[in-house]
Amino acid sequence: MGDVFGAIATIVLGLGVFVGGLLLIYAGTTVVPKRFRERSQIAVFLGPALILIVIGLVVPALRTIWLSLLSDRDGSPFGGLTNYKFMFTDHNERIAILNSMLWVLLGGTVSTALGLTIARFADGAKGEAVAKSLVFIPGALSLAGAGIIWKFVYDGPPFNYGLLNAVTKAIPGWPKGFGGDGQRIWLLEHPAQMNTFLLIVILIWVQTGFATVVLSAAIKGVPESLEEAATVDGATKRQVFYRITLPYIRPALLTVMTTGTIASLKAFDIVQATTGGNFNTSTIANEMYSKFFLEGRDGLASALAVMLFILVIPVVVLNQRGQKRAQQMVGA
Amino acid sequence: MKFSKTIALCAAFAVVATGPAALGAAKGKGKTKTTKAAVSNGPALAGGKIACTNQYAGKKVTIFSPNDSKEDIAAFTFAWAPYEKCTGIKLNWEATKTFEADVKLRLAGGNAPGVIDFPQPGLMATTAKTGKLIELPADIKADLSKNFLPGWLGYGTAADGKVYGAAYQQNFKSFVWYSPKAFAAKGYAIPKSLAELTALSDKIVADGGTPWCAGIESGAATGWVLTDWIEDMMLRTTTPAVYDDWVNHRIPFNDPRVKVAVDAVGAILKNEKYVGNVKAIATTKFQDGGLPILDNKCYMHRQANFYKSFWPAGTTFGETGNVNFFYLPMAKATDPKVMLGGGDLAAATNNKPETIDTIRYLASVDFANTDAKNASKFSPRTDYDTTLLPDKLDQAFANAGKTADIFRFDASDQMPGAVGSGSFWHEATAWIVGGSTDDMLNNIEKSWPKN
Repeated sequence: MGDVFGAIATIVLGLGVFVGGLLLIYAGTTVVPKRFRERSQIAVFLGPALILIVIGLVVPALRTIWLSLLSDRDGSPFGGLTNYKFMFTDHNERIAILNSMLWVLLGGTVSTALGLTIARFADGAKGEAVAKSLVFIPGALSLAGAGIIWKFVYDGPPFNYGLLNAVTKAIPGWPKGFGGDGQRIWLLEHPAQMNTFLLIVILIWVQTGFATVVLSAAIKGVPESLEEAATVDGATKRQVFYRITLPYIRPALLTVMTTGTIASLKAFDIVQATTGGNFNTSTIANEMYSKFFLEGRDGLASALAVMLFILVIPVVVLNQRGQKRAQQMVGA
Repeated sequence: MKFSKTIALCAAFAVVATGPAALGAAKGKGKTKTTKAAVSNGPALAGGKIACTNQYAGKKVTIFSPNDSKEDIAAFTFAWAPYEKCTGIKLNWEATKTFEADVKLRLAGGNAPGVIDFPQPGLMATTAKTGKLIELPADIKADLSKNFLPGWLGYGTAADGKVYGAAYQQNFKSFVWYSPKAFAAKGYAIPKSLAELTALSDKIVADGGTPWCAGIESGAATGWVLTDWIEDMMLRTTTPAVYDDWVNHRIPFNDPRVKVAVDAVGAILKNEKYVGNVKAIATTKFQDGGLPILDNKCYMHRQANFYKSFWPAGTTFGETGNVNFFYLPMAKATDPKVMLGGGDLAAATNNKPETIDTIRYLASVDFANTDAKNASKFSPRTDYDTTLLPDKLDQAFANAGKTADIFRFDASDQMPGAVGSGSFWHEATAWIVGGSTDDMLNNIEKSWPKN
C-alpha cells in the first residue's frame, strides 16, 4: 500500500514541478523587456518539443551513425568504415541490398499505377463503392497479417495447402517445373529473385487499396468545369485524362508514390512473416533486425540503418519539392 | 503570509510522501522482533550447509536472468520457497529479454545483481574475465565435480581455471521421437548404434516407408534445428575434446572432421529415400516437423525434449503410447553416452554470505527436488529424485539425462553471435536446399569474427 502512495505522490510531485516550472518560466518572460518578449515566449513553447525531438530523434540518429563506425566485436572500439565495407562486399548483404532495390523499384510504382487505373475506371461506374471497398480491405490489414495470409497462398509440400499451387496445377499446359505439377515450394525457389517478387506482390496487394482511395478522391476533386471546358474545346476523353486530370491530382499521386516507396524501403514485416529473410529474400531492414537482435552485431546493424536513412532522403526530398511545385501551380 | 503557507504545504507534502516509508520501517522492525523468538524454521538445506535460523531476515538478493516468461517466474517462486522460509531471505527475480546487453550495463554501472543466471557458458566466461564474478567456495566445487553430469563443472569454469558458475537446470537435445505402436507393428527395434540406426532407416525404406521427417523453419532463426543435428553428429563422429575445440574455434570451422559430421547429417536429411522432399524441410515449421509420425508418414524425428509440447492434445506418451523417444545412439553401443543440451549457470558478483548461500541452494539437491516436483524442471545433478517429476515422460527424459556419461552444451549457443545466431543458421539452411558441404563450412569459417 505504501508503495502505491509513494508512487502516486512521486507522479503528482513530478507533474507539479514540470507544470509549475513551465508556468514560472512563462511568467518570467512577461518581465522580459517588450522587444524580446515574443521571442522568449516562442522559446518557452517550442523548447519542450525541441528538447524532446533532440532526445528522441537527433541524439539516437547521431548515436547510430557513431555506432556504425564501431567494430562489431566488443572490446575493440573504432572500426572505421569496416561495417560499410562488409555491407557492400558480403554476399548475403549484397543480396539484401539488391532485393531492397527491387522492392523500391516495384512497390511504389506498381501499386500507384494499379490504384490509378482502378480509380480511373471505377470513377462513376456502376458498383463503384463496392469495388473500391473490396480493393481497400487489404489496406486495413497489418503487413505482418498480410504476410501470413500470403504465406498460406504460397504454401508448398509437404503440407501443400497453398492456393497458388492449386491454381497453377488446374491451368492446362502450365509448365510442370513451374507449379504445373502443384508441387512447387514458391517461397523457396529464387532463380532471378522469383520469391522476392512474390513478396513484393503482397505489399502491392496491401498498398493498392490505399492508392485507389486517395487517387479516387483526388479525381473526384477535379472541378467539372475544367473537364467540360476541355471537352467543349474538342479534347478526347484520353486527352482530358492526361492533360487535365493527371496534372491536377499530381500532389495526391506524389503522396501515394512516396508512401509506397517508403513502405518498400522499410520492407520488414512481410519478409519476417513469410521467409524470415531466408532463401535470398532478405532486405536491408530485415538484415538490420537480424544483425542487431539475433547476432548482436550492433555496428553492422547501425551501418545498415544509416544506409536505409540515406536511401530515404532522396524520396522525401523529391516529395517535398513536388508538393511545393504543385502548390505553386494551384496557387498560380 | 503567502510564503509561510507554501512552507506549511511543503511540510505536509513531505510527511505524506515519507510516511509510508516510515511506516514500512516500523513494520519491518516489528517482524524481526517476533521471528527472533523462533530458533529454526525446519530442517537445514543444501546438505546441512544452510542453517534455518532466519539468519537473512530483511536481506534481499536479486537474481538477474534472461528467463522472463510468467511460467518461469512462477516456477522459481515455488522452487525457492523453502529457502526463503528457512533463512528469511527475500529473493528478487529480475528478468529481461535483452539480458546480454543489460548484464554488461549493470556490471559496468556498478549496479550488479547479486546472482546472475547465465543461459550459456560462453557469456559467463567472458564476464568472469572482467573480474566481476566471485570464485565459488570449495564445498560447491566439490559438489559440482562429484554429483553433477560430467561436463557441467567444466562449463562453470572460466579460462583462469577457477569455478564461477554452478549449473542448476538443464534440458536435453539428443533425442529421437518415434511411435512405439508403429515400431511394434513393423517389428522395428530401438537402434543402439549409428550403424543400427542406418540399418533401421534402410529397412523402413525397404518396407516402403519414409524413415525420417524434419522441419527447420523458424522465422528469422530458421536453421537452428540443423545446427543441433550437426552438433549431435560431431559428438558421435569425433570426441568431446574435438567438439570443444570446434566450439572455441581452436580448429577452423571447415576442418575435415566437421565435414564428416555434416555429411553424416546429410546422409540422413539430404537423402530423398529417407526424408522424401529434401527442400521441403527448409519450409516446414520446426513445430510441425515430427507430427507426420502420428499418421505413419514417417518414423523418426530428432528433436529436443521440449518437442513434447508440440504434439496435439490427446497424444499418449511412453512405451505403450502413440509417441515416445529414444536416445540418439553413439557410433558404437559401447561408447560413453554424450548428452547434448542446454542449461543455466548461477554465478555470484559478491561474497556476502546470503549471495553465496543462494547459489549453494540453487545448486543443491534440495532445490533440484523442489524444482522437479513443483516446476517439472530437470537438474544437472545425478543424485536428485526423478520420480518427483509429476509427468512420466519427464521422468524418462530426466533418467536419460542422469544415465548419460558426458554432457555437452549446445555449440551454436556458445559461438559468437555472428556465427551461432547468424551464418551457422543461414548456411545450414542454404545447405539443406542444395548447397554443398564445402561451401557451407567455408562461408561459416569466413564469417567467424577476427580478433
